[in-house]
Amino acid sequence: MNINATLLGQTIMFAMFVWFCMRFVWPPITNAMGERAKKISDGLAAGERGKTELELATKRSLEILHEAKQKAAEVISQAEHRASQIVEEAKNSAKEEGERLLSGAKAEIEQEVFRARESLRDQVASLAVAGAEKILRQEIDAGKHAELLKTIRSEL
Amino acid sequence: MANGTVTSSEYITHHLEHLTWGRLPDGAWGIAQNAEQAKEMGFWALNLDTFFVSLFLGAIFLFIFGRAAKAANSGVPSGLVNFAEWMVEFVEDSVKGSFSGKNTLVAPLALTIFFWIYLMNWMDLIPVDYVPSLAKALGVPFFKVVPTTDPNATFGMSIGVFILVVYYSIKIKGLGGFIGELTLQPFGKFGLPANLFLEGVNLISKPVSLALRLFGNMYAGEMIFILIAILPFWVQWTLSLPWAIFHILIVTLQAFIFMTLTIVYLDMAHQEHH
Repeated sequence: MNINATLLGQTIMFAMFVWFCMRFVWPPITNAMGERAKKISDGLAAGERGKTELELATKRSLEILHEAKQKAAEVISQAEHRASQIVEEAKNSAKEEGERLLSGAKAEIEQEVFRARESLRDQVASLAVAGAEKILRQEIDAGKHAELLKTIRSEL
Repeated sequence: MANGTVTSSEYITHHLEHLTWGRLPDGAWGIAQNAEQAKEMGFWALNLDTFFVSLFLGAIFLFIFGRAAKAANSGVPSGLVNFAEWMVEFVEDSVKGSFSGKNTLVAPLALTIFFWIYLMNWMDLIPVDYVPSLAKALGVPFFKVVPTTDPNATFGMSIGVFILVVYYSIKIKGLGGFIGELTLQPFGKFGLPANLFLEGVNLISKPVSLALRLFGNMYAGEMIFILIAILPFWVQWTLSLPWAIFHILIVTLQAFIFMTLTIVYLDMAHQEHH
């Protein structure tokens, strides 16, 4: 238990240990710890950012979906509208066509009737003339009574 | 484990004797064979056991932490690195808690103090007879394995701390500031002798209390282990086991106290209070 030169030796040894610790042990460990802390906080921040981005993307996708649905509904209603329009148009044109055909046919019929009447009139007139001729052969000169015949014919 | 040929007091004194190397009475250099020879060697002698055990333990500490420092990176820490970082963080927290200045020396100093003292204190838990018996078998007369039961070791450290305290006091406050602190308070300049006496005691008590607290605790603990070892072998464990378990606490606590007080003293050295 005597105080002796061990005291000096211990002090020197102590100083050397502290120097070594300060030079080679402390800085690398604290640096690594600081770096890791930074890395972890960066990672957490990135995670947080990713989460908010995901949220945004989800929101955006919902919006897009909604829009698309709306558009589709619009397209469908437009198509329906157009279809009914086409049907209506077709109906109208068919009616028109029918009417046109009908009126054509009517006109033709009228024409036919007219023509038939004309020919009938002609025939009746010629028949009448022939009858009258036969009756009047002797007494009536066709040339003399042409005026009269013509009048009769127009009255028929 | 005192046997018939050795008395209790011989056993105890043998266990408390250092392996001292110095100049023997006949003028030659060698190892003291008894307490008187060791005393006669005077100041220029070396306690080989203290010196080499503390050197070995300090080297172990630096080796472990040096390896951890080399392996440390910002990735996932391995077990050793994890442990080292845990300890570093613990010391860093202690320093942050009590040291307000800015000094890169304080934290590594605190870590070294804590671990070195911790390991040296742990030597106390080696059964008291193992190392001296082994030494005897190897022809070495004494071997005291706990360096912190040697005041040379504890004073060696506290003087190192004291030098730092004085150095930083002068560096931060200037020589005038340091002397002023010693002489001009608490009673003002007319009470100068009283101031010098009080502040001088205050200053000197720092290293003395650091060294003696650690030494006293460890020496007393060692002494009790030796006393327990004198009892019959079948009753020893009933006392040595509780004492050893209690001692684990003391070992840690003393290392922690030395570290914390070092930080506090250095903090006081960095503070200007006028």
